[in-house]
Amino acid sequence: MTSVTTGTSDTEMSKPKKVLFYRHSAAVRITHWLNVLCLSFLLMSGLQIFNAHPHLYWGQYGADALPDPSFISIGAFRDGDTIKGVTRIGALAIDTTGVLGASKEDGELSPRAFPSWITIPSYQDLATGRRWHFFFAWFFVINGLVYLLYGSIAGHFRRDLVPTRDQLTPTHLAHEISEHARLRFPKGEEARHYNSLQKLAYVGVIFILLPLMVLTGLTMSPGFNSIFPWLLDVFGGRQSARTIHFIAASLLVAFVIVHIAMVLVSGVWNNLRSMITGYYVLKIGQEKEMPK
Amino acid sequence: MKFDLTRRRFLIGSGVAATGLLTGCDALVENASVNDVLQKAESLSMGAQRLLMSHQPLAREYTEADLSPVFKANGTTQPDSEDYARLMESNFADWKLVVNGMVQTPLELSLADLKAMPSRTQITRHDCVEGWSAIGKWKGVPLGLVLQKAGIAPGARYAVFHCADDYEPSLDGSGRYYESIDLVDAWHPQTILSYNMNGKDLEVSHGAPLRLRVERQLGYKHAKYVMRIELVDSFKNLAGGKGGFWEDRGYEWYAGI
Repeated sequence: MTSVTTGTSDTEMSKPKKVLFYRHSAAVRITHWLNVLCLSFLLMSGLQIFNAHPHLYWGQYGADALPDPSFISIGAFRDGDTIKGVTRIGALAIDTTGVLGASKEDGELSPRAFPSWITIPSYQDLATGRRWHFFFAWFFVINGLVYLLYGSIAGHFRRDLVPTRDQLTPTHLAHEISEHARLRFPKGEEARHYNSLQKLAYVGVIFILLPLMVLTGLTMSPGFNSIFPWLLDVFGGRQSARTIHFIAASLLVAFVIVHIAMVLVSGVWNNLRSMITGYYVLKIGQEKEMPK
Repeated sequence: MKFDLTRRRFLIGSGVAATGLLTGCDALVENASVNDVLQKAESLSMGAQRLLMSHQPLAREYTEADLSPVFKANGTTQPDSEDYARLMESNFADWKLVVNGMVQTPLELSLADLKAMPSRTQITRHDCVEGWSAIGKWKGVPLGLVLQKAGIAPGARYAVFHCADDYEPSLDGSGRYYESIDLVDAWHPQTILSYNMNGKDLEVSHGAPLRLRVERQLGYKHAKYVMRIELVDSFKNLAGGKGGFWEDRGYEWYAGI
């Protein structure tokens, strides 16, 4: 990687040149925003479905029989005149009243795993949750296939997402992590490409987490089980697949939170403009020298 | 310009925005044309699965070691009609399965008649629409053999299972449990009318004397307390017209997903 530095006494240094550069193709922009739409509805309807049976198990079977075989469970119990929400992970039980287990619905504290403001519909309705979930699952899969097809044919993956050999050296990765931690992001020419942390995060989401969501989702379908029974063996059973589906969804939420935070701190308007119009503004002549 | 965004104002603002969003979402959910569009995905799911299932693969069968220690009894656990109480008292000796509708020969089969027919035993996983699963061992007569005995009349498309339980107590009988499958699933080798579970006569909580097993679909299709099988060409004259108790309440008719 070379760093472009002009003379330090140059007057141009104080007035960096603005260069518009075409960063995101139309295909990437459109599939990105459709994906935002799909994942939002999939999350909200998915939590509605989860609320119908807020317990997670490992293996082929699992039901709310006694003794409770679940290892993650979000429940409510009566405590005098009121109810308490409890989230249990293994032996650890946490009082999560107000958010998980018991939260306000129409102003009244009610037993429900995830609160009404994050489920679709806001009230308990599994049939509707499923209808929304499967509609947006199809939408998501078709949109994802269009993106994968475009990405491999147009060279988007090879050009933009696959980290270069230099980017994967331990010293370079350590340097990027420390730069990120200080919220210092590449400027100028360096910003023409994704940095290695970005590339690894995107590759992880696009090629691991999202396909995992689709495959674990399909493994929960009894019809699909008869078509591809080996999926049950890959994930260790239908209930394991359901648990992995939930964990992978949580990781996606974590990714989105970090993604949005990074968009906000690394030049929100420039980032948004590039994902809407395609154009990103580079300030050439402003970059600092990168240590080798 | 000073932008005065106090914490209080911010909280009120985001509260209003969140409430607006929520009401907006619920309004979308209750909008009939939105619903129509979303429902299109159901035929897509069914079409895709049926295409990939054209070779009629079997549902996974498990071993005795995989059986659930406790098989959760769901839905009705005992029909509360007097007729059913009488049947229970005589250990279902007077019970008869009626097969009628679009058939060549209407049938009335006793439990003994059904047990005398060839049987199939399968250890399969029961998946509830809510998300839980339980593994049980089921023995019963393949539905196809019963249909063969009755002879399906031309034009029949679905087998409807009329049950003994009023899942939702009602005066007009609209809360009576019923279910339906098409002939593709009716002829599937694992679709059986089961009278024996885990090596014992089917318990009342699991649908005694007879329940349907349709292994490639979710639990609510597996009608318990089956009294009558009716062959029909459409659902329009049945209860809510959607082909099943839960279907009439918004759930998918095709429950393979």
